[in-house]
Amino acid sequence: MSDAGWIRLAVIAAAVLALELACRLGYVDAFTVIAPSQMAAALINVLTSRELLIEISASLLKVAVAVSASVTAGIVIGIVLHPMKRVRRIVDPLLSSYYALPLFAFYPLFIVLLGVGAASIILMGFVTALGAMVLSTLDGLDQIPQVLTKVGRMHQMGPIASMLRLQLPAAAPYVLAGGRLAIAYAFIGVIASEFILSGQGLGFEIGFAYNSFDTRMMYGLILFILLLVIVLNLVLHAWDDRLRLRRRPVRD
Amino acid sequence: MGRSEKIQDAVILVAGVLAIWQCLYLAIGNSALTSPAETISKLIGLLSFDWFWADVLESLRAMVVAAVLVVVFGVVFGVLLGLHRLSGSVAEPVLATLYALPKVSLYPVVLLIFGLTVSARIAFGVMHGIIPVMLFTMSATANVHPVLVRSARVMHLPLRRVVANVVLPAAVPGIITGLRIGISVTILGVLIGDMFASKKGLGFRLMNAIGNNDTPTIMAIALLLSVFALTVNYLLVLLATERRLRAAR
Repeated sequence: MSDAGWIRLAVIAAAVLALELACRLGYVDAFTVIAPSQMAAALINVLTSRELLIEISASLLKVAVAVSASVTAGIVIGIVLHPMKRVRRIVDPLLSSYYALPLFAFYPLFIVLLGVGAASIILMGFVTALGAMVLSTLDGLDQIPQVLTKVGRMHQMGPIASMLRLQLPAAAPYVLAGGRLAIAYAFIGVIASEFILSGQGLGFEIGFAYNSFDTRMMYGLILFILLLVIVLNLVLHAWDDRLRLRRRPVRD
Repeated sequence: MGRSEKIQDAVILVAGVLAIWQCLYLAIGNSALTSPAETISKLIGLLSFDWFWADVLESLRAMVVAAVLVVVFGVVFGVLLGLHRLSGSVAEPVLATLYALPKVSLYPVVLLIFGLTVSARIAFGVMHGIIPVMLFTMSATANVHPVLVRSARVMHLPLRRVVANVVLPAAVPGIITGLRIGISVTILGVLIGDMFASKKGLGFRLMNAIGNNDTPTIMAIALLLSVFALTVNYLLVLLATERRLRAAR
């Protein structure tokens, strides 16, 4: 590991230790923040409770559906939009300010449309993730070197073959980066919706624990979500690195 | 691209959005959606009430305070991390990870610390916005061409002035990109905060409208918030392009 890596580890360890000490010595109110060791114990409680595991898997299923739908739709929209220069220029302000839109203001409408339940939550996750996916697909298709398209034409590839065998693989790192963002955004969309208005799921459980002053349970659940997202991110990051390594131009 | 073409594009975009909205309204019907015309007249109606303005100002105040904190602290910390390589490389992966975390899950913690106050919403907005601003400012500062900094040092400019007169102006385009993202998510953070736990503000009005099944109000507030966020975003883009034009001259 690099020097920076060791320092980072030391800083994080020191921060956790400082929080632990502050809690144990009573500088921090136990109703506000609990010690990291107690959070870890609470996390184990969460992971061994059958009911909670059911809630967790329900939320993860919603995230998974939202991610796969937004990735598919994002790639398709990107592919369709990419060659249409005029349309693209017109919708560009909307796309580039997609995340400026207060998307959660539309959650009430989804509820009116689809009712309180999994469908409107998945739709919220899908909508929050979609923008990142469309933007990165377009970005990736923009970056393809002309040589590739020319080679495709020399081999007399049709538009579909060229898209599937040339352009999409060439844009893969960008699409993957979009996928990472899509996962992060889908988590935000699903958990925030469950948090705001829902009868089940991780976000609901956190809100419930908060409302019933069950601080330990709340921290256990929060720690679970944070660790899950961090691990997912690390895995995707490693995959991304491997893709990039493979694509490094060979010189001889 | 000419000015008239730009205006033409904008008109087509607005017309297109309104047309799609109208079609959706015709397809789905009255209970779930209101038409563009109804929504706009509802919004104008709401804006004539004092209580509605009180809510708007309540949310706006929290958003402005949070955005100011985000801009000041985000840029200062970002520049410091960008100038000091080692701290930068220590902090970067941590910030990138924090950026991807679903910060909603931390809102109860913020509420426990700050209570059901406007401070909680401001803190929540800052939590959302400060990380992208720091990340973008950091990379913009670190990527300022070393020749610029070195020639400033050769001319014996004190470090304070190197930062103020050389590094910051060179890093401004990157910083503005960060501010665009940062301020947008700050607005979003304050709004989510309003929606989950608040007795005032637009988010609270939205939740109230859900409870009353009051679609016109939901749509009108959503429209108001969207127009507001898009305008802020557009002003920042304008600022960025103007800077670039001046730099090119």
